[in-house]
Amino acid sequence: MVKYCDIFWSFFKVGTFTVGGGYAMLPLMQRELVDKHRWLTEEEFLDQVALSQALPGVFAVNMAALTGQRLRGAVGSAVAIVGNVLMPILFILLLAMFFRSFRDNVYVDRIFMGLRPAVVALVAAPVFTLFKNEKLKVKSETDSVSHFSLFISHFSLYFIPLLSALLIWLLGVSPILVVLAAALVGLIYGKIKN
Amino acid sequence: MIFLQLFYTFLLIGACTFGGGYSMIALIQNEVVTHHGWMTATEFTDLLAVSQMTPGPVGINTATYAGYTAVVNTYGADHLFDFSLFTFHFSIPVQWAAVLGSFIASLAVIIIPVALVFLVGRWLLRHRDNPVVATVMRLLRLAVIGLIAAAALQLIPGLLTTTPTGNVSLFTFHFSLFNLLIFLAVLLLACRKKTSPILLIAASGLVGLIVYSI
Repeated sequence: MVKYCDIFWSFFKVGTFTVGGGYAMLPLMQRELVDKHRWLTEEEFLDQVALSQALPGVFAVNMAALTGQRLRGAVGSAVAIVGNVLMPILFILLLAMFFRSFRDNVYVDRIFMGLRPAVVALVAAPVFTLFKNEKLKVKSETDSVSHFSLFISHFSLYFIPLLSALLIWLLGVSPILVVLAAALVGLIYGKIKN
Repeated sequence: MIFLQLFYTFLLIGACTFGGGYSMIALIQNEVVTHHGWMTATEFTDLLAVSQMTPGPVGINTATYAGYTAVVNTYGADHLFDFSLFTFHFSIPVQWAAVLGSFIASLAVIIIPVALVFLVGRWLLRHRDNPVVATVMRLLRLAVIGLIAAAALQLIPGLLTTTPTGNVSLFTFHFSLFNLLIFLAVLLLACRKKTSPILLIAASGLVGLIVYSI
């Protein structure tokens, strides 16, 4: 039986010592869960990664919830999640509390003016990298599918991102609605196709 | 009541985030900045920088920071937060209420995803190759690309039109041009070279410090 404190400590390390979000945590998670503690096999780990990506929400938290559940059920899951987010939340709270008092400092302001365009660029970057991934996936399904469904795949590759961006950007539609509509359309089209 | 609004808003955001932190950033921007007006666009970009440079999942960091700032901005940093419990009335500094707001936001954001881990986790793992599931996932991924694009498009005008605050001796035009230059450079490096975001943010902060100090 895996001890709660081991689960906590593993995810505490993963959450506290990685900067840059969920995917940056993967190498450390793999080292902790697969190599060091042998709680998961390589394959189980990759399955969990795929599942965490498929489910909505924060990737790292989903990974923690899945691993904790596998090891010690619901309590294990809670322990893993708390371990993962405890230090990040405390750190952000400290920053949020004191940010206002040093945000007006002239040097801090200059730094933030410089990094603002970089932050916007970092938001824009996944648009291109994610699109490239999808394009590769569509290209790889060329054989064994009918001309019609191939056409639909290519058409939706451009049409759906464009439509969803325009709906949100120009018409002010809530992204939440766009996501729900996409899931619904996918469900209906998937049922019809099969 | 701000706490209920925060809880409900971040519950929806968590449930609709597919494909990583950046789609959550797009949702948070729309709900927190555009819809509720809990923070300004400038505060939001500050938040993005902070949440990517501090440890932890970007989604949790963003939610925590947004929950805190929403409460402080709604009630004012120097005011007291009044509430009553049964027949007792309390006045606490807004910052304390904001800490509660940040806990509520980061808790709300994980509730539905974690519930789904328990409810459909095993089922989804077994039916990964089911064509209907695959179609839904594909459409979600495509829609999310548009969602993130919309978020970026909403942030770009701010870079070109806002004039720098403080004692800066640059014309607006040069300021816009400089912003555009950093934007394109970072975009290229992030897409092509897969340079780490932290490095890019730190480097452009340093560039800002130097350029605006000249």
